[in-house]
Amino acid sequence: MDLYADNILDHYKHPRNTGGISRAISHREENISCGDDLTIDLVIEDGVIVDLEWRGEGCAISQAAMSLLSEDIIGMTVPDAEALKPDEVYSLLGVPVGPRRFKCALLCLHTLMNTLRAARAQPPQSWLETVSLDTPTL
Amino acid sequence: MTYDVSSIRRQFPILQKKIGNNPLCYLDSAATSQKPQCVIDAVVDFYMTKNANVNRGVHALSEEATVAHDAARETVRKFIGAKHAYEIIFTKNATEAINLVARSFGDTLKSGDRIALSILEHHSNMVPWMQLADTRGIGLDWLPMTDDGYIDVEATDVILKKGATKLVAISGLSNVLGTLQPIEKIIDIAHKNGALVLIDASQLAAHEVIDVQKLDCDFLAFSAHKTYGPTGIGVLFGKAEILKKIPPFLGGGDMIQTVTTQGFTPAELPRKFEAGTVAAADAAGLAAALNWMEAAGMKAIKQHEASLITHALSSLQKINGLQILGPTDPKKRIGCISFSIEGIHPHDLTDVIGKEGVCLRAGHHCTQPLHALLQIPASTRLSVAAYNTVEDIDWCILSLQKAISLLRK
Repeated sequence: MDLYADNILDHYKHPRNTGGISRAISHREENISCGDDLTIDLVIEDGVIVDLEWRGEGCAISQAAMSLLSEDIIGMTVPDAEALKPDEVYSLLGVPVGPRRFKCALLCLHTLMNTLRAARAQPPQSWLETVSLDTPTL
Repeated sequence: MTYDVSSIRRQFPILQKKIGNNPLCYLDSAATSQKPQCVIDAVVDFYMTKNANVNRGVHALSEEATVAHDAARETVRKFIGAKHAYEIIFTKNATEAINLVARSFGDTLKSGDRIALSILEHHSNMVPWMQLADTRGIGLDWLPMTDDGYIDVEATDVILKKGATKLVAISGLSNVLGTLQPIEKIIDIAHKNGALVLIDASQLAAHEVIDVQKLDCDFLAFSAHKTYGPTGIGVLFGKAEILKKIPPFLGGGDMIQTVTTQGFTPAELPRKFEAGTVAAADAAGLAAALNWMEAAGMKAIKQHEASLITHALSSLQKINGLQILGPTDPKKRIGCISFSIEGIHPHDLTDVIGKEGVCLRAGHHCTQPLHALLQIPASTRLSVAAYNTVEDIDWCILSLQKAISLLRK
């Protein structure tokens, strides 16, 4: 199956949940090597993510993955969101992501993890922790 | 005599490869060139018939290996017009060659001395000097670029006239803009102001005849893998009187005359700078590559590449929203064309066309300061070599157009 499947291109050209929320927890991450960036604004109430908006610039994969992930995150409990793993992002994308593009696909997860950490006033985690399958519990 | 690109292509086995159902359309030779059969054979032949450790032992095989290694050094000497074979130091690549100069020549500098670099350098000709600046209190001056992609000669003159510059480290040919730099003028200005000059010839060596004596550069570096040779070996040329004065770089076997518990005496040139077992098979491959280029004809290759660049430039300029980085006059470009397309990320573009067999480079091409100056995060680069054809360019343009219509919002 093609990396640039219709679903991916649809989310890239018509991204969901974009914008910004004032008085939200906000955090920005960047893939320095390619310049892709994402900013997530989160509203958490009683341990549940009740709203999320995002904005960013970059390749189709990084932007579509964020759009797809944003649809899943709204309504999710914080512990469930914190437990998200790279495999779950890959299955959302539904296309094979090769070793050249995994950072594009996982920038959304990395930004989300560090927005959640910002919500708890914790310092951001590294890419290694985001990508690793045995991330120590936050 | 007409240039027979079909016969050139037959010598490169990888060009038979298919990506999916499409033939390989390799337009990324500025990153690394493909290798002709004779280079592959030279590496294999070394291992099959000559393999022994060079410069060690006196048995028959060691002698044969050493003779082959010395012959490779002589081939490089002739290729760049150096006076002595011992002015040719084999390194891992151009990056290591530049690091050698930064460390060894850098050791002779004092706090307050300055190094001048241009803004369009590859990271490999920036970071070693930044490391030197950090550790030894050396100042860095950035030579500005003119709007059309050349190092500004007048500004260079102003900076060097201050008299604190000990070395100017510049690329001979930009790996992004394809502009041939005014290195003769800069070498002249540098020497008048008491500075040495290092030329990063990584791109230059694949496209232009180099004569280090005529240029009068003090150091020159290039990698074999960009000149149709193997990976893992590069060249540093240095003027003998300078190489003799600066301290060794890496320490180890073969770079010494004597070692006692009290210390060591370095070996004579070139072994002073070649610590440890050398990449002898790769040196044989490099020599085969340089001989191959000369047999194919440097001038003929250059003319062929220029016609491809002219064709590619005019085709690319017809694409809506595509912006060429650097000069749009084909006479001012050698080897490569970088461009950006509004609203489309280079990684998406090259990933999509990659499936059609088209290999272009996407990213910042190890020139982040240049991309910052141009105010773009990344670009796409098309680069040509002796084996490319007009059909390669046309297939690439067609694939680009398809990818753009897929990706454009």
